[in-house]
Amino acid sequence: MWLWLHKLGSPPHAYRLLGSMAPWFGWPALVLILVGTYWGLVEAPRDYQQGDAFRLLYVHAPSAWMSMFIYVVMAVAAGIGMIWRIKLAHAAAAACAPIGASFTFLALATGSIWGKPMWGTWWVWDARLTSELILLFLYLGYMALRSSFDDPQRADRASAVLAIVGVINVPIIHYSVEWWTTLHQPASVTKLDKPSIALEMLYPLFIMMIGFQLYFGWAISRRLRGEILRRERNAKWLKESR
Amino acid sequence: MDLQEFLRMGGYAGYVWSGYGLTALVLVWNWWAARRNEAEQLVSAQRRNAD
Repeated sequence: MWLWLHKLGSPPHAYRLLGSMAPWFGWPALVLILVGTYWGLVEAPRDYQQGDAFRLLYVHAPSAWMSMFIYVVMAVAAGIGMIWRIKLAHAAAAACAPIGASFTFLALATGSIWGKPMWGTWWVWDARLTSELILLFLYLGYMALRSSFDDPQRADRASAVLAIVGVINVPIIHYSVEWWTTLHQPASVTKLDKPSIALEMLYPLFIMMIGFQLYFGWAISRRLRGEILRRERNAKWLKESR
Repeated sequence: MDLQEFLRMGGYAGYVWSGYGLTALVLVWNWWAARRNEAEQLVSAQRRNAD
């Protein structure tokens, strides 16, 4: 077990493993996102209140979910890197940031596009929207902080602190719709009792969620390979593997 | 199903299509940027090792 873990943490092994794993994430992700998009746009019934505008749910909810999920992955990886001094964990955290930032941007943009016809405004400074915007700034701040150091080890440590402290924002985003009065609707899927959404509307959402999740698996594999190469450019194994 | 009706999205065409278009853009960007980043790092590592 420990030997296996140790092997997994070694850059050359991780590099090769990620390379062979990526297509196993990428192709299913592509298929699921295409199926989910078709199902969400064509097959799912029109919402009786929101009409066809509700179809934005199928891109908005998965991207909002991913924006928070990726942040937690990033913070956990940074924490592991801090505690056990594993460079690969720091590399994984660094690889998460641009992907997470892009999903946060997407969640904000699609939410805004949805908000205009439904709420009558592109933006309000309420708890849900503001905390999600802070998440975007956390990602951008994390990336800016990393790039401000020349020494990768100092960059790892400083940015890990930011990532770990910032994770407090994730539960705030999730519960913001309950703690404060906001225009944003409360959760209709991610709650403990039955989801309050019709099943034929829910299936495409699940397909999209899984598709986005797998897409992240693909993207992080690729990004982490790039990150390993950047850190290991002088290593012997890279010369040997050419 | 009527294609015209489908594209109209019950009057919300501008919102629905721009939302989905933006999503496609972000997914494609991630795909492209991740691949480019990896390729660049590989080239720069190879260049270093060639010295």
